[in-house]
Amino acid sequence: MIQAILVFNNHGKPRLVRFYQRFPEEIQQQIVRETFHLVLKRDDNICNFLEGGSLIGGSDYKLIYRHYATLYFVFCVDSSESELGILDLIQVFVETLDKCFENVCELDLIFHMDKVHYILQEVVMGGMVLETNMNEIVAQMEAQNRLEKSENFPMTLHLSTR
Amino acid sequence: MVPSLKLHDFMEEIRGAKTQAQEREVIQKECAHIRASFRDGDPLQRHRQLTKLLYVHMLGYPAHFGQMECLKLIASPRFIDKRVGYLGAMLLLDERHDAHLLITNSIKNDLSQGIQPVQGLALCTLSTMGSAEMCRDLATEVEKLLLQPGPYVRKKAILTAVHMVRKAPELSDIFLPLCAKLLHEHHHGILLGTITLIMELCERSPAALRHFRKVVPKLVQILRTLVTTGYSTEHSISGISDPFLQVQILRLLRILGRNHEKSSETMNDLLAQVATNTDTSRNAGSAVLFETVLTIMDIHSAAGLRVLAVNILGRFLLNSDKNIRYVALTSLLKLVKSDHSAVQRHRPTVVECLRESDASLSRRALELSLALVNSSNVRSMTQELQAFLESCPPDLRADCASGILLAAERFAPTKRWHIDTILHVLTTAGTYVRDDAVANLTQLIGGAQELHAYSVHRLYHALAEDISQQPLVQVATWCIGEYGDFLLENCEETEPLQVEEEEVMALLEKVLQSHMSLPATRGYALTALMKLSTRIQGDTEAAILEKMPLVEHGGPQTDEEAKESRDDTAPVPTEPQTSKLLDLLNLLDDTSGDTQQPPSLNPSPEGALVHLLDLPCAPPPPAPIPNLKVFEREGVQLNLSFTRPPGTPALLLITVTTTNSSEDEVTHFICQAAVPKSVQLQLEAPSGNTVPAQDGPPITQLFRILNPNKAPLRLKLRLTYNHFGQSVQEIFEVNNLPVKTWQ
Repeated sequence: MIQAILVFNNHGKPRLVRFYQRFPEEIQQQIVRETFHLVLKRDDNICNFLEGGSLIGGSDYKLIYRHYATLYFVFCVDSSESELGILDLIQVFVETLDKCFENVCELDLIFHMDKVHYILQEVVMGGMVLETNMNEIVAQMEAQNRLEKSENFPMTLHLSTR
Repeated sequence: MVPSLKLHDFMEEIRGAKTQAQEREVIQKECAHIRASFRDGDPLQRHRQLTKLLYVHMLGYPAHFGQMECLKLIASPRFIDKRVGYLGAMLLLDERHDAHLLITNSIKNDLSQGIQPVQGLALCTLSTMGSAEMCRDLATEVEKLLLQPGPYVRKKAILTAVHMVRKAPELSDIFLPLCAKLLHEHHHGILLGTITLIMELCERSPAALRHFRKVVPKLVQILRTLVTTGYSTEHSISGISDPFLQVQILRLLRILGRNHEKSSETMNDLLAQVATNTDTSRNAGSAVLFETVLTIMDIHSAAGLRVLAVNILGRFLLNSDKNIRYVALTSLLKLVKSDHSAVQRHRPTVVECLRESDASLSRRALELSLALVNSSNVRSMTQELQAFLESCPPDLRADCASGILLAAERFAPTKRWHIDTILHVLTTAGTYVRDDAVANLTQLIGGAQELHAYSVHRLYHALAEDISQQPLVQVATWCIGEYGDFLLENCEETEPLQVEEEEVMALLEKVLQSHMSLPATRGYALTALMKLSTRIQGDTEAAILEKMPLVEHGGPQTDEEAKESRDDTAPVPTEPQTSKLLDLLNLLDDTSGDTQQPPSLNPSPEGALVHLLDLPCAPPPPAPIPNLKVFEREGVQLNLSFTRPPGTPALLLITVTTTNSSEDEVTHFICQAAVPKSVQLQLEAPSGNTVPAQDGPPITQLFRILNPNKAPLRLKLRLTYNHFGQSVQEIFEVNNLPVKTWQ
């Protein structure tokens, strides 16, 4: 099971925080900070697995992370998940973001935090892997965005059908 | 009044803030607007306000005042509102808030009447924060969605079912019957979810596990299709078709095949195929291969296949990719108990991984290395581990140190090697060892008489170099106190060094006065100084500090027993000088602390105290030794009476008398005894095996005890008999043997 998905930048500023296990707010922030410090200590050419910090749950949990440019993507998982599988999952998530935002960068995550959540929800749900087919996810997101737009601009839609 | 910011501008302002205080100011200002807007702002803008609020929530600012807004947005008919509302619910609400139940109704409506994206949102929210109660309320709706044809909603309904089963296990009954059929679907998302659901159900109930064994052939078929299908753009990751699904199937096969011959057989061929044909040039292939290996090792597979699997792991250990090496080490650790000899073959490679600079890797390598130590490799492994101890990161030191000590205890080839090893650990990582290391080492040294000189020389040298590591200092000072006389002679096995008395005393004083020394350490040093002041000057009157006898190794337990036996010893007549001496002993006991002290310190002062009193005057005439009641149970009593025949000082005669004051007779009575090794025991035949009820004639038995060394006498008794229709067995040590029985 995936306990949490955290994305923060090289200075530790959170860009996406999603917990699949309930923690009180202060603990959540502490976990983000602690995770950042653990991950920051790692050089770039060592393995992407870290034993978890003390806050997030002890010996059964580990942190699996990838570093993309200015962002760290960290998945905190328990022993039931395949470590290498999660590495691929992170890649799938990032590639999906890339397809949805066209050359995604940190700014996209900042200004469209909600959309990032919606995309994530199509990949991971309730701490479990839901879908890994990027095309399906992107198609779904596009459909939902169209739906949103049509609600915002009902007049436009009416016009375009003529 | 500054108008409310648009979302984009708000984020820009936050980013523009140069300090934490500035950021807080911007956010607090805007939150005031958001609050106002929630109260009486435009409902159509509510979703934007909540989005802003969720952003600041992520940064760590309070957002609880948005909880009710989530409910309102979820209840709105617009998709754009529901989307943010549900997200807010997932981020801000949970079981502990009363508000969470209020969304149950909205979810119910959305599940049954919403369009697909809305149903998806509702399911997602339910699977994230649904309480047991909510799950029960909504089970029927979710079941319906599981059966309808659209894959988008279906796959979400299946995963929601997993969450519901976790929260309310009785719901398994609803979802279990639907699983087998779902496996015939083609959509990968549905298959993935179904397999996750089946795994959850199997883990919860052995009956479910048995039920699902019948799907093994279907799983094998799905996996085979994935493995043999050519490149498909839809689901492939680096040329491997849907590795996520493959891994899940392999996991479920592991659960179903475990301890089940037939299922294991069904999957054997396929596992062999996957193990040999998977392309591992990229991560995805490796992920699948690892899972295959773990499954092979966990089910009843052919021996050849098992060997293949372990060898695959061995190959992975040599891979240049560190992630692969990490997972290989983790997998080998899982197998080290069940397939120890197979894993042993890869020991050299594992040891190589100790030298990794990567802390995650070296930690795994350490765990695995410790698990691989056995009697044939203990010398070389300990060498490697000690080298590792010297350079490993601090958070691994404690585990490494205690691992080495444990391995040494289990497999030490010689006592001297054992002492050397512990000494090395104490000098390298003394501050990280566990408390009992001191007691263990003193026990070990004490028992190795031939090594006393060697030990004290080595410890002295070590102490002279470094008095900061407390466990080392404690052992060393104890040893110097005990065997200090050896220090003044040369020892062939260590570097010849003429140690002067003054140097030794000076060192002990240094320890005593050092600010680094703990109170316990000072106690050791003080005791050592006292002992040496007698040993080295040859003062025999203070025999109170005589070499102490070795006590059985038993850890804290022995401490307790030793203390008890000391307390129970016949009370010594308290004259003024002796009471002062007693006080001094108590003082020493207090400063030395409880668990740190070697257990053997306790019994000797009392016995030696008596000795001290005896010395100035002529030995008194032998007074009769009082009888001792040692056992009582439901009217059955055992009494010991003692005789020391004059003329045979080493001989002690004990008469054991068994009486019975109860209503029922005692039959088949057998009494056995045990004494310390240095003492000889002879049991004469008892007078009988039966004691009639109500004080009938007792059984008597004579023990002859020869104790030429005057070793402190300990007596353990084992009684077996029948009484009141039950067979009784009692084993106990006689605690309060009078000193005169062996002096």
